[in-house]
Amino acid sequence: MNQNNHDHWLVRPATIRALWWGGSIVLALTVLAQFVIPVKGYFTIDSWPAFGAVFGFVSCLLMVLFSRLLGLVLKRKEDYYADSETEDDD
Amino acid sequence: MMTELMSPALWMLLGALLIPVAKGHLRSAVVLLIPLLTLWSVWQIEDGVQATLTFLSYEIEPVEGSSLRRLFATVFAIMSFLGGLYAFRIARTVELAAAFAYAGGAIGVCFAGDLITLFLYWELMAIFSTVLVWCGGTPGARAAGIRYAIMHLLGGVILKVGIEGVVVATGSVQIQPMLATDFSTWMILIGILINAAAPPVSAWLADAYPESSVSGSVFLSAFTTKTAVLALILLFPGESVLIWVGLFMVMYGIVFALLENDARRILAYSIVNQVGFMVCAVGIGTEMALNGAAAHAFAHIIYKALLFMSAGVVLYRTGFTRCTDLGGLFRTMPMTTIFGIIGALSISSFPLTSGFTTKTLISQAAIDENMMFVYFSLMAASAGVFLHAGIKFPWFVFFQKDSGLRPKDAPWNMALAMGSCAFICILLGVAPGIIYGLLPYEVTYEPYSASKVLFYLQLLLFSGLAFFLLLPLMKRTITISLDSDWLWRRLGFVLLQKAGSLLEIFDVAVSRFKARAGAVGTKLVLRNLGNPHAEDSKETSVFGRSWTIGTTALWIAALLSAYVLAYYF
Repeated sequence: MNQNNHDHWLVRPATIRALWWGGSIVLALTVLAQFVIPVKGYFTIDSWPAFGAVFGFVSCLLMVLFSRLLGLVLKRKEDYYADSETEDDD
Repeated sequence: MMTELMSPALWMLLGALLIPVAKGHLRSAVVLLIPLLTLWSVWQIEDGVQATLTFLSYEIEPVEGSSLRRLFATVFAIMSFLGGLYAFRIARTVELAAAFAYAGGAIGVCFAGDLITLFLYWELMAIFSTVLVWCGGTPGARAAGIRYAIMHLLGGVILKVGIEGVVVATGSVQIQPMLATDFSTWMILIGILINAAAPPVSAWLADAYPESSVSGSVFLSAFTTKTAVLALILLFPGESVLIWVGLFMVMYGIVFALLENDARRILAYSIVNQVGFMVCAVGIGTEMALNGAAAHAFAHIIYKALLFMSAGVVLYRTGFTRCTDLGGLFRTMPMTTIFGIIGALSISSFPLTSGFTTKTLISQAAIDENMMFVYFSLMAASAGVFLHAGIKFPWFVFFQKDSGLRPKDAPWNMALAMGSCAFICILLGVAPGIIYGLLPYEVTYEPYSASKVLFYLQLLLFSGLAFFLLLPLMKRTITISLDSDWLWRRLGFVLLQKAGSLLEIFDVAVSRFKARAGAVGTKLVLRNLGNPHAEDSKETSVFGRSWTIGTTALWIAALLSAYVLAYYF
C-alpha cells in the first residue's frame, strides 16, 4: 500500500493509524463522560454505565450477522432476473 | 369563489404544461420559479375547508388547510425547487414535466379535504412517477417501470374499493380519523400502506427508484412514501397495527441495505427504513408521536434527497453506481463527499443535524407511552441506520479502496442544490424551533440535554466502531438480493412458463383430436349422406342422389317459408 508518497494524506498508513487512535480516544471519552454527566434512563437499564455503547455495538453486530446469514439464502447473480425480463430484447 | 378552489397543486400542474412549450432560459425560469410560486400559495391557504363543490351528489372539498397539511406541502414545494435546481441542466423535458406533475399530485393530496379528491391526486402521482422511472432509459428501467405501475395501480384499486365502502357505509367522503375495523377501512389502510412501501410489497421501492435517471430518483425519493405517511396521519392516527408494520420496515430496510451493492439501492432501502420510523409513530398516535412523524418526514425528505443527489452526481460523473466499481472519490469530489456525509449524518440522527431533532420526538413518544420494546427497537434501528446509511454509503462510495476514478466534482447547479439541502439539514439540527413551530401540535420537547446527546453519541459512535471491525463481513459482492418481488418476477414467470407449456401440450392434443375426429366424420358423412357426384356413382345416399326438379322446388319453397317465419318471429 505504501508504494509512494504521492498518496492523498488521508490514506497514508500514518494517518489511518492516527485516526484509529483518535477514534479510540473519542470512544473511550464518550463512555468515561458518563461518570460526569449521568445518562438519564427511561427503563432503568438504559442508565447503566456504557449501556448506549454496548447496546449500539451489539445491535450492529447482530444485524450484520443476521444479514450475512440471510445473504447466504437470498444473494443471487446480478443477471438472475435477466432471462425473465428482457424477452423482447433477445 | 374560484380562487378558493385553487389548490396550490394547480401551479405545479401548470408548470408541467409550460415546461414542454418553453425553451432555453424560459424553461429554466419556469422550472425554478413555479415551485417558489407554489410555496407562496401554500402559505396563503388558511385553516379549514376553503370551499365546497357538489360532484355526483357528494360534497367535494378540493382545498382544506391545516398546519400539518401546510407542513407537508411546504417541504414538497421546497423539494420541487431544489430538485428542479439540481436537474434543470441535464434532465430531459419529459422528465421535468413528469416530475412537476408528480409533485403537483403530492401537493394536491396534502390539501385534499375529501377522499375523492385525495384519490384523484393519488392516481396522478402513480402515473407521473411511472414516467419518471422510465426516464432511466434502460431496458431495466422500462421493465421496472411496468412493475412499478402495476403495483401502484393495484394499490389504487384497493384504495378505491375501501373508499367506496366507507362512503357507502358512512355516507360521507370526508377525510377523518378512522381505525381499521372492517373490510373497507382495511382496504383503505392497505391501499395507503402499499404506497408507503410496507411489507410484503416493500420491494417495489428498491426495485424502481434506483432504475430512474440521475435526477429522476431525487424526485422519486421525496413524494410517494411521504404522501402515504401524511394520509396515515390524517386517516389512521393511533392504529396500533402500524407500530408493528413500522418496526418491520425499519429492520427490513437495514438488513437489505447491508446486503446491497448498488449505492442508490442502498439509499432506496433506507427510505423504507426511515418511513418505518414514521409509520411506527403514526401507530403510537399520541400528539408527540404525530408531531414526530410529521417533523421526521420533513427532515427526511431533505436529507434523503441530499443523499440521492450525491449518489446522482457520482453516477453522472463516473457512470457507476455499484460500490464494487466505486471508491476513493473524495480526492477529486470533495464537495460531493462533504455534502454526502452531511446527509449521511442527518439520516443517522447525529446531534446537530435535522435527524436528531426530529427522530428523537418519535422515540420520546415511545418513552411517554411506556413502550419499552418499541423504544429499544427504535434505538437498535438508529444504530443500524448509522451502520447501513450513515457510514456504509459514504465509505464505499467516497473512501474504501482507490478505484482509480478521478471524476470532476459536481456542476455548479447540482452543488448549489446539495449545499442548500445540507444547509437545511444543519439549520433544523441547530435551530429545531423552526420546524417545531410548524408542527400540528404544540411542542414542549427539548432535544438537547447533555444526557440525551451523550447517550446518542455512545450509541452511534460504537455502531461506527462495529462497522469498521466488521468490515471483512461486509465485503461487497456483485450480487442482488431476492425480495418478495421474487414472487412475481420469478415464481410468477416460471408458473406462466409452465402454464404455457401445459397449454401447448393441450393444444397439440386438441389439434390431433380435431384431425382424427375430422377424418372419422368425413368418412361417416360420405358413407351415409352422399358421395362426390360422378358419372359412375351408385347414388346410394341422401344428398348423393339426383333429385327431380319438383322435389327441389318444394324444398326451396319450404326453406324460404321457414326463413320468412324466422324473420317475423
